[in-house]
Amino acid sequence: MESLSVTHLTIVILLLTFLYFLFGRHRAYSVAKTNGGLKGMHSLPSHYGTLVALWCAIPALLIMVLWKLFEPAVVDSLLASSIPDAIHAQGEKSVSLYRNEINNAVDSGKIDSLLDPVKQATATRLDGLQKNATLGLFVLVLCTAIVLGVLALKRITPKLTARHRVEAVIKGFLLLCASIAILTTLGIVLSVLFESIRFFGQVNIFDFVTGVKWSPQTAIRTDQVGSTGSFGAVPLFTGTLLISLIAMIVAVPFGLMSAIYLAEYASPRMRAIVKPLLEMLAGIPTVVYGVFAALTVAPIIKDIGQSVGLSVASESALAAGLVMGIMIIPFVSSLSDDVITAVPQSMRDGSFGLGATHSETIRKVVIPAALPGIVGGVLLAASRAIGETMIVVMAAGLAANLTANPLEAVTTVTVQIVTLLTGDQEFDSAKTLAAFALGLMLFVATLILNVIALIVVRRYREQYE
Amino acid sequence: MSDAAKEAFDALTETVGRVTVDDPKMQAENVDVFYAEKQAIYDVTLDVAKNEVVAMIGPSGCGKSTFLRCLNRMNDTIPSCKVSGNITLEGESLYSSAMDPVMLRARVGMVFQKPNPFAKSIYDNVAYGPKIHGLANNRAELDDIVESSLHRAGLFDEVKDRLNAPGTSLSGGQQQRLCIARTIAVSPEVILMDEPCSALDPIATARIEELIDELRENYAIAIVTHSMQQAARVSQRTAYFHLGKLVEVGETKTIFTNPSHELTENYITGRFG
Repeated sequence: MESLSVTHLTIVILLLTFLYFLFGRHRAYSVAKTNGGLKGMHSLPSHYGTLVALWCAIPALLIMVLWKLFEPAVVDSLLASSIPDAIHAQGEKSVSLYRNEINNAVDSGKIDSLLDPVKQATATRLDGLQKNATLGLFVLVLCTAIVLGVLALKRITPKLTARHRVEAVIKGFLLLCASIAILTTLGIVLSVLFESIRFFGQVNIFDFVTGVKWSPQTAIRTDQVGSTGSFGAVPLFTGTLLISLIAMIVAVPFGLMSAIYLAEYASPRMRAIVKPLLEMLAGIPTVVYGVFAALTVAPIIKDIGQSVGLSVASESALAAGLVMGIMIIPFVSSLSDDVITAVPQSMRDGSFGLGATHSETIRKVVIPAALPGIVGGVLLAASRAIGETMIVVMAAGLAANLTANPLEAVTTVTVQIVTLLTGDQEFDSAKTLAAFALGLMLFVATLILNVIALIVVRRYREQYE
Repeated sequence: MSDAAKEAFDALTETVGRVTVDDPKMQAENVDVFYAEKQAIYDVTLDVAKNEVVAMIGPSGCGKSTFLRCLNRMNDTIPSCKVSGNITLEGESLYSSAMDPVMLRARVGMVFQKPNPFAKSIYDNVAYGPKIHGLANNRAELDDIVESSLHRAGLFDEVKDRLNAPGTSLSGGQQQRLCIARTIAVSPEVILMDEPCSALDPIATARIEELIDELRENYAIAIVTHSMQQAARVSQRTAYFHLGKLVEVGETKTIFTNPSHELTENYITGRFG
């Protein structure tokens, strides 16, 4: 009932807004008639109409939102007096239980189902309060919309700078949309930051950053064996580094070479077929890559390793890195292809005109000119590799070994975050809070990479503009 | 085009004036060029003499740039372009299988309409050609080539303190002179210029025109231009192209003062073009 009335109210306001737009435009035409035609008006009639409509809609909707925000608190405090003193005496928990019971009864419209007459009385009062509130909201919002709309209509004169005002409102709206994304990012950063600070209250930040042993146990009972966990993040970061490095060793040459082929040598027909196919690699869910890495690539590597007498773990950094490298090839190839294609043909002509071969032209003129863009693409791929989780969970294992040997099992920062936070957890132990600290460090690392990528790409743009 | 001019064009089967020279550097005989099905050049025969500047003029789309690009096989980069007829450099056929287009372009250099320096330093822009052709045995020789090329292009004094600055940081006129320096650093025999001043202001243009006149001492130069004043100032011979046909060739002075063909006269007196 309650939410329905808000929906109704919104529809009514929107209808009013549309009507006011028509009124405003109409009035602008009639004002224009007495003032030497449309040329004598500052703005177009539709601007006046929009301005009137905005005056009708924005304050009314704003009041509605604020009202709905504060209504529950006000109703609650008004209701407090009709909750029996006996309940108050039992403390906060009983009061909120009592409130819940009343609320449920009122919301479902079954006040009669309450057997206790005291409760029935409270429920009836709550029902009355809510109905009054809704009525008040209706009256206030509709009055605001109508009155402000009429005032705005009255103010239409040839001198009213309606276009400027409408554009200012639209600009504000666009800014609002942009800030939502930024504020969300800020919110994520802050929440991770505060949890990390709590973590560093329990574990020394220096131990975390430089410690070489990762064993995130915390005691459930005080006398437990092995109850002291150690939170040294170094093995995780070396694991991440190792796997990302293997991935980049795969992705950069293959990506760059295929980009060169696509941009310089492939016929348009070939390009039209190969490019989408290559980009499809990026569309495959990472969990599928993970299956491929764990069940196909890892055993092959193990078999090959054993046939030449190497001991290979069945979950190895190499398997995860190789498959991850395949996955990020499109990041490198697609972006590199774009920047190579963007190198002006005149520059190639200049090189050909000096008697350079196609390969000399590519190596010495095209690639250097496109290099900043290519670096940007590579860094983007690198931050993707660092953040990748699923392949590593499935193919590289969970063992936090501090090793540079790609044939051993390693684990990464992202994998540990997942393991720390899956299952039933308490959210105040060092074990779970460690996930936030890891997240923060990872965030800082990828942020730095992204900033470098952005700077490099911007430099590239400047060269041609 | 007036009816009379159209008739004159349709009637045109042979170029007016002398198309050959006594001492040719390059010779083009009966050249036809097609872009896919569309014919862009009809049966053009024209020589380029040693130590001369020959200007090619004509209205837009007349095929003068297409013809110029045949002279160092730059049209090879356009897949749909087909060239027939015979073009020779010092008697060697350009389009025979024995001719490597890469080596040809080292001998017949090209300066383009828009300055197109590489995304490299001024020094490396000029050193690029000598490096890929192995013209210098060591750094000192390369330095010499770069310096003398910049000198001959009249750019050295302006850039000698910043040879490591990017080529793109120069002004438009300087960039075009850098491109000319880059071309002469390879020691070509012929230089082709495709409207080299169309993106430049009058002062930079005058500087380049002076330079073209100086370069004539050592090179054969073919220049395509939209500016008739420029053709008159820099060239010894002028060829007038119209809709893919070579209408008239002659001494520049004669072409501009006393053209033989009606179409040439119409063009240089500004009746169309």
